[in-house]
Amino acid sequence: MSTETAKATGLAADTPPPNARPDAPESPPSRALRSASLLAGNRGTGLGLGVSMVFLSVIVFIPLAAVVWRSGSEGPDTFWRAVHSPDAWATLKLTVGASVIVALINLVMGTLIAWVLVRDSFPGRSVVDVLIDLPFALPTIVAGLVLLSLYGPTSPLGVDIAYSRIAVVVALLFVTLPFVVRTVQPVLLELDRDMEQAAASLGAGPLVTFRRIILPNILPAMLSGTALAFSRAIAEFGATVLISGNLPFQTQVASVYIFGQIETDNPTGAAAVATVLLAVALLVVVILDLIQRWGARHG
Amino acid sequence: MAKYALRLFAGIYLLFLLALPVGLVFWRTFGSGIGPVIGSLSSPEAVHALKVTILVALWAVAINTVFGVGMAILLVRRQFPGKRLLNAVIDLPLAVSPVVVGLALILVYGRYAPVGGWLEGHGIQIIFSMPGMIMATVFVSLPLVVRAVEPVLVEMGDEQEQAAHTLGASGSQTFRRITIPGIRAALAYGVVLCLARALGEYGAIAVVSGRLVGQTQTLTLFVDERFQNFQEQDAFAAATALALIAIITLLLIKLLHPKDRA
Repeated sequence: MSTETAKATGLAADTPPPNARPDAPESPPSRALRSASLLAGNRGTGLGLGVSMVFLSVIVFIPLAAVVWRSGSEGPDTFWRAVHSPDAWATLKLTVGASVIVALINLVMGTLIAWVLVRDSFPGRSVVDVLIDLPFALPTIVAGLVLLSLYGPTSPLGVDIAYSRIAVVVALLFVTLPFVVRTVQPVLLELDRDMEQAAASLGAGPLVTFRRIILPNILPAMLSGTALAFSRAIAEFGATVLISGNLPFQTQVASVYIFGQIETDNPTGAAAVATVLLAVALLVVVILDLIQRWGARHG
Repeated sequence: MAKYALRLFAGIYLLFLLALPVGLVFWRTFGSGIGPVIGSLSSPEAVHALKVTILVALWAVAINTVFGVGMAILLVRRQFPGKRLLNAVIDLPLAVSPVVVGLALILVYGRYAPVGGWLEGHGIQIIFSMPGMIMATVFVSLPLVVRAVEPVLVEMGDEQEQAAHTLGASGSQTFRRITIPGIRAALAYGVVLCLARALGEYGAIAVVSGRLVGQTQTLTLFVDERFQNFQEQDAFAAATALALIAIITLLLIKLLHPKDRA
């Protein structure tokens, strides 16, 4: 679904508003008509904008601002101590470390899967194509349960990784699987095969063709998919709850730590770690925007 | 040769990460026949959890549909200062951890927060009851309808709406006769995405609901509670039901959005 989002955002940013589109000079009546209807629409715009802002404020802005405010309400020292307490610091390190590993694996495997789905044909390809989105549609707690039943104490394969850091990585890999696949796939589909044929006819081997022709074209998509996967991994809660065992200093990810702080009635400690997560999420949103612009310039 | 190696590698990765785990849960659920599954799902707690889940999801979808369409129209058809900023923050909920969403709502609408305390004084309880759960669900599924409708509105252009306007149609007539039919498919797609997300929400709901069995427990919380209490049959049955909903959603999405796939 975030692929959709990424695409939609790209679309909205790249396409000029419909009013500005016509290249030919407009005839005077049509221009007058347009400005008349724009004027008529202005009242609606003000009202709609007002209602939307109230709605967003009540649901999103004020609550998120409350988290940031609460984290700093007892001064920067309290904030720093809450974030730097041994267990909070351990959970942040684990979350960021595991998310980096997960993002890198996704960068490679996601591209590879997208490649196989676009360039290869085999029976059942369309089924695999639909199944890729399953981690988005599956409730996260079910995802955790599903992984625990295969890789937990009762594993029929005899592989028991439950309550280990590997389990955290596997759970995050499961929920982030679609991101890179779904951002790279459409770009690969639209890629012009002529360039590759030209490269091949000039004597380039498959590896050279991939590195010099294909990779530069799909790199922006690969990177934005990886950034999305990273931000999802940082924030994940449900999938890791059952399989990680939530052992402090070992397998407890940041979201689970925050949950524990809320349950033990320490909202300030929860807010401090939550603010760090929000800052990372904001950073990723900015990086994504930069990647999309860079991609648009080089596309 | 390289082709088969790649195919094999991708296949093994997907098999062990996706297909085997999901398949195993289905197999374990139905391992002793369909009888126990029906038994698990028709217990009073499960039925109540299902009702709560559906009620919360329907409210959240209705709210997000109205505001999603409204905001998509604002973003595509209107000009106003701060439009780029609004466009950027709409995606924010996707990047925020569900637990942080729950915490954020508690800090404003909880019993000991100023707003929540005032509302409770007037007999309105938000946290640990339905309104809070609906708000949390609205938060996590906020961008889905907007982002589904937006590109179609851009593609449609506003010529037809302008024409209807010059022919004397009022704003609501234009909206009903021109805009809605134009975005119908995309809207359905967004609603399905939003519904799936709402039915499956766990983290934010876990924080704001208080997880009161038989009161604010949803189906995902039911899965968690039963699993922690070693009633695995119940947990697997509910998880399979949720997984089936997810698979139906995927098929609907595929049906509604064919051009998304090759």
